[in-house]
Amino acid sequence: MNAIEAAFNGTLGSFQLDVAFTAPTRGITAVFGQSGCGKTSVLRCIAGLTRLPGRLSVGGDIWQDDETGVFRKPYRRPIGYVFQEASLFPHLSVAGNLTYGAKRTSREDGGNGVAFDDVVDLLGIAPLMGRTPTALSGGERQRVAIGRALLSRPRLMLMDEPLAALDRFAKDEILPYLEAIQDSLAMPILYVSHDMSEVARLAEHMIVLNKGCKVAEGEVGQVLERLDLHPATGRFEAGVIVTARVIDHDDTLKITHAELYGQKIDIPLVDAGPGHEIRLRVRARDVSLATERPKGISIRNVIAGKITEINEEPETAYAETLVDIGGARLRARITRASVADLALRPGKPVYALVKSITFDRRAFAGETR
Amino acid sequence: MLEFSELWSPIRLTIELAAITTVALLLIGTPIAWWLARSTSRFKEIIATVVALPLVLPPTVLGFYLLVALGPDGPGGAFAGLYGARSLAFTFEGLVIGSVFYSMPFVVQPIRNAFEAFGERPLEVAATLRASPWDSFWTVAVPLARPGFMTGAVLGFAHTVGEFGVVLMIGGNIPGETRVLSVAIYDYVETLQWTQAHILAGGMLVFSFAVILTMTLLQKRFWRPGE
Repeated sequence: MNAIEAAFNGTLGSFQLDVAFTAPTRGITAVFGQSGCGKTSVLRCIAGLTRLPGRLSVGGDIWQDDETGVFRKPYRRPIGYVFQEASLFPHLSVAGNLTYGAKRTSREDGGNGVAFDDVVDLLGIAPLMGRTPTALSGGERQRVAIGRALLSRPRLMLMDEPLAALDRFAKDEILPYLEAIQDSLAMPILYVSHDMSEVARLAEHMIVLNKGCKVAEGEVGQVLERLDLHPATGRFEAGVIVTARVIDHDDTLKITHAELYGQKIDIPLVDAGPGHEIRLRVRARDVSLATERPKGISIRNVIAGKITEINEEPETAYAETLVDIGGARLRARITRASVADLALRPGKPVYALVKSITFDRRAFAGETR
Repeated sequence: MLEFSELWSPIRLTIELAAITTVALLLIGTPIAWWLARSTSRFKEIIATVVALPLVLPPTVLGFYLLVALGPDGPGGAFAGLYGARSLAFTFEGLVIGSVFYSMPFVVQPIRNAFEAFGERPLEVAATLRASPWDSFWTVAVPLARPGFMTGAVLGFAHTVGEFGVVLMIGGNIPGETRVLSVAIYDYVETLQWTQAHILAGGMLVFSFAVILTMTLLQKRFWRPGE
């Protein structure tokens, strides 16, 4: 019962939505999919802003059940909603925006009683208090919007692509704050996104939607390993998440040596001390395969493994392969011609040549170097 | 010769009429504007057309129907019968009712536009922050529509001040009761009292200029574009 259980089935205009899923009541659960797949509609249904036939219970409380005729109005649901555009009230100051929701909730709501000062500190918005929303940058506005939602004592945060309307710099500005919220406030967050790198960095659990239907659900690492999700996840974003352990750093060459299931890898210098586990993302298109260990090559990370799965895409030149590296698996996107030339098949030992690795974050939150 | 009290009476009456009409229109017009802005009903545009009719109807036509309605045999007369009067026509109360109809589009339209301009989003945000619809109407919709309320109030007031045809039809020309500015000017010209006509007409000219200028400046001051 201690989960978010949702099932919605209905049409919005000409769009058909039929989704059922369960999300844990802690951590970030990403609702992922291409634009137009219905992810925002799902979030709006959970908030009660859109009504579709279905059922919804959050931590044992029933918010919607068409069989018994229960439908809680949006303003009676303890949620914090962050829209894609910050949507601050232009007639109120930053402080007025922040306290709008807080004034309308009480501790009896059973929601998360986060203190005003804590949220302001967490989001670094103290210097903005007296300003009007129009005087803020995009990133600042979105931070205030997140703070406003947090201060309404939600039991569930709903975030609809909060970074999508921001430029790269503003995104990089906000991401650490989202991580901080997740670390310091034990509040479940449903996070809608079409950006795989955001999902990989923030979420533990994910739900993949395609054309109004759920196509996958589970731990982010496991979902990313699946080869059959192309239409929903998009080809060039396909990749996996692996956990490595920091060995040491080379400050001169700005490299961190790490261990990945017994094999040594080099990654650009990361801020995590020796022994710490770090979460890395490897995109399928950054991995090449060789049948013997190559020499005289600039690629530093050559990881031995064994092919477990090959998925050829008949309408394209490409094939997706899954390589077991002893504990984790890598995805490699290679040409079908290579599959034939190298006689690749499941069970064949190969070397995975990894051109680039993205450091997502320390696997264990809160530890510092 | 020049009796200032004689000039003052229509001015006072006109200001009273316009002020009462404006307040009444803000009270009646706001819910209508809200409904027109938010409703998805099929009848919405029909109601909107009815509200807008005085924009194109000759005031005499509107005045004629109002006269019938306010007269002894209409609903206005029936209402007047409740407190012992015979008719609402040719009374100040009748003028207020007529002015409310006559100036309605000038108040409803700007408020409706203002309600439509900010869309659903601010109200949805308010709902997710636990504000009930009644709460968010007062704390979000009304403040955001402030420029519309300003424009509506100023236009409603000014338009009522300038009303002539309807007044003549339903109010006549009773000094101190229904003899408003525009009728008084007409009277003075008819009776060749050009000085009095000049004073009142010149005053109206200055007033109208001031109203439009004030409105323009107010909109500049209060119109803060959203995000």
